[in-house]
Amino acid sequence: MSTFLFAVVSGILFGVFFSLMAIGLNFAFGVMKIVNLAHGDFVMLGAFGAYYALSTFGINPFETMIMEIVVFLVVGVALYYGIIPRLLRSDDPEMLSLILFFGISQVIEALATLAFGTNPVTLPTNALGQLSFQLFGQAFESSWVISFLVSVVAIGLLYVYLYKTKMGIATRAIMANRDEAAASGIDVNRISAIAFGIALVLAAIAGTLTPFMLGGIYPSVGVNLTITSFSIIVIGSLGNPIGTVVGGLVYGLSLLLMQTYLSSWANMVPYVLLILILLIKPSGLLGKGARNA
Amino acid sequence: MRKNKLSNAIILVVLAVLFILTPLLYPNQSVPFQMMAFMTLAQGINLLYGFTGYLPFGYVGFFGSGAYGVSILVLLLHWSVIPAVIGGGLFAVVVALLLSPLLRLSGAYFSIGSLAASEIVYYVVSNPNMQNITQGPYGINLAGIYDPNTSYYAMLVILLIFTAVVMYVKNSTFGMSLLAIKEDPVSAAMAGINVVRRRVAIWLVSAFAAGLVGAVYGWYVSVFYPSSVFDLTISIFAIVFTLFGGGGTVLGPIVGTIVLYGLYNTIGVSSPQYFQLIYGLLIVVLVMFLPQGLTSLLKRRGINVP
Repeated sequence: MSTFLFAVVSGILFGVFFSLMAIGLNFAFGVMKIVNLAHGDFVMLGAFGAYYALSTFGINPFETMIMEIVVFLVVGVALYYGIIPRLLRSDDPEMLSLILFFGISQVIEALATLAFGTNPVTLPTNALGQLSFQLFGQAFESSWVISFLVSVVAIGLLYVYLYKTKMGIATRAIMANRDEAAASGIDVNRISAIAFGIALVLAAIAGTLTPFMLGGIYPSVGVNLTITSFSIIVIGSLGNPIGTVVGGLVYGLSLLLMQTYLSSWANMVPYVLLILILLIKPSGLLGKGARNA
Repeated sequence: MRKNKLSNAIILVVLAVLFILTPLLYPNQSVPFQMMAFMTLAQGINLLYGFTGYLPFGYVGFFGSGAYGVSILVLLLHWSVIPAVIGGGLFAVVVALLLSPLLRLSGAYFSIGSLAASEIVYYVVSNPNMQNITQGPYGINLAGIYDPNTSYYAMLVILLIFTAVVMYVKNSTFGMSLLAIKEDPVSAAMAGINVVRRRVAIWLVSAFAAGLVGAVYGWYVSVFYPSSVFDLTISIFAIVFTLFGGGGTVLGPIVGTIVLYGLYNTIGVSSPQYFQLIYGLLIVVLVMFLPQGLTSLLKRRGINVP
């Protein structure tokens, strides 16, 4: 019984972390209707940032996080203006964005391999700080709890941005209908550029936590992280940020339960969940109506 | 139509002569072998992507199914080689049949769904619990049927067959109906085309191509591991070669494979990251400036590309 409770509580801790990892992908899709297949590679870059900052300069992951927020925001805005307006004018932006970001993902992976090598790197789990947390008589890794708390704060801030600020409201207007938002005087490109920057920032924050949650980091891990994120947002419903949290929890719980009881099959979890949801309820658990499939 | 037939025949003859002559002139037989393998895979992707718009990231799942199909038929059921290779291809068709509900998805969902499906096949095959059937992660040894020369020519035959299939599809009413479905499935259905049946048909043919290539590849190398025959790079290469040359044409995948796989062999083998960097940038440039591939440069000038 205590094994079960341990798996459930860790599943929730991991689930919220996975929600943070996936929510940027969903946000970019919601605003621009593009599939950022390089999402996991940005998470990977964030993780390597945390690794080098700590192992070379002794900078603690929270300070790295703040630096990465600035860097990734700038990169995201630049990347947006460089490619996306052109992409959105084409016949089939969704499919072309998939191929294009797949190319970007290959470029990032190649550069990361040249810079960091192919061997996995790890960070000591206590580098995030110590925090004792007990529930049902079980002690949980402090890095898991801290990552959980950071994820809750980051997701919370995204909500505050979307629902309480003027720019957030404009973002939601674009999500609802890009053309009508433009017609009512919203600077669609500026708002979308910032949204894309925020999507990458969320990936980077998840990235700085990744070495503590998932262990070894290596350049080609990006593809797996992208698929995991995609599974989570499809489970939740594309374009629905609340859904991503549900998706993350479903994914985290199933992963930890499988690791506890059927560990040799646990690697298959994201793929099986993705296929099941796509085939049974393609609009996702919280989706309304069908997608144009 | 007559002109098409002539140029198609020339393409087939040139391919046959090219791959019969290269092993005589070039000391390393495995380079032209792998080029033929990738060319056939690219034509398989072409059948699906070029004519229906479905881009299967998980295409390697069929390749791996073919390789494991042949090894199961040879090692466990003691079939002789040629029937086992064909059986390996049919293994992939069975997998494709099981996965055909994926065709209900469109665009990005299909691509990523097929990727997930191929990962599932990989994890099932490589699972230590499957050791009695697939040897799990420990790999397959087919030393008993090792025969690089015969398998080389078997691959050539498969390449010629599927190049001819692409030629047939391109010039037949079947291919036209696929293009109509790609353009607008609802109107195509209204015009009396059975959308589901045609999509599934081309999906199975495409899977059969990859399965046969995988089977002959397994025969040719004779020792392989799940991680090598389910390597995502195989899908990625075949997709990039097709996109680079241009989907929906016979020549596109051939040109794409010769140029890019040639490039890979000159710079890629020793330092794969530089090659990965180049084709990553290439994809970005293609999508931004030339989404229909190299052959569209000729088409734009009004030149008919077979």
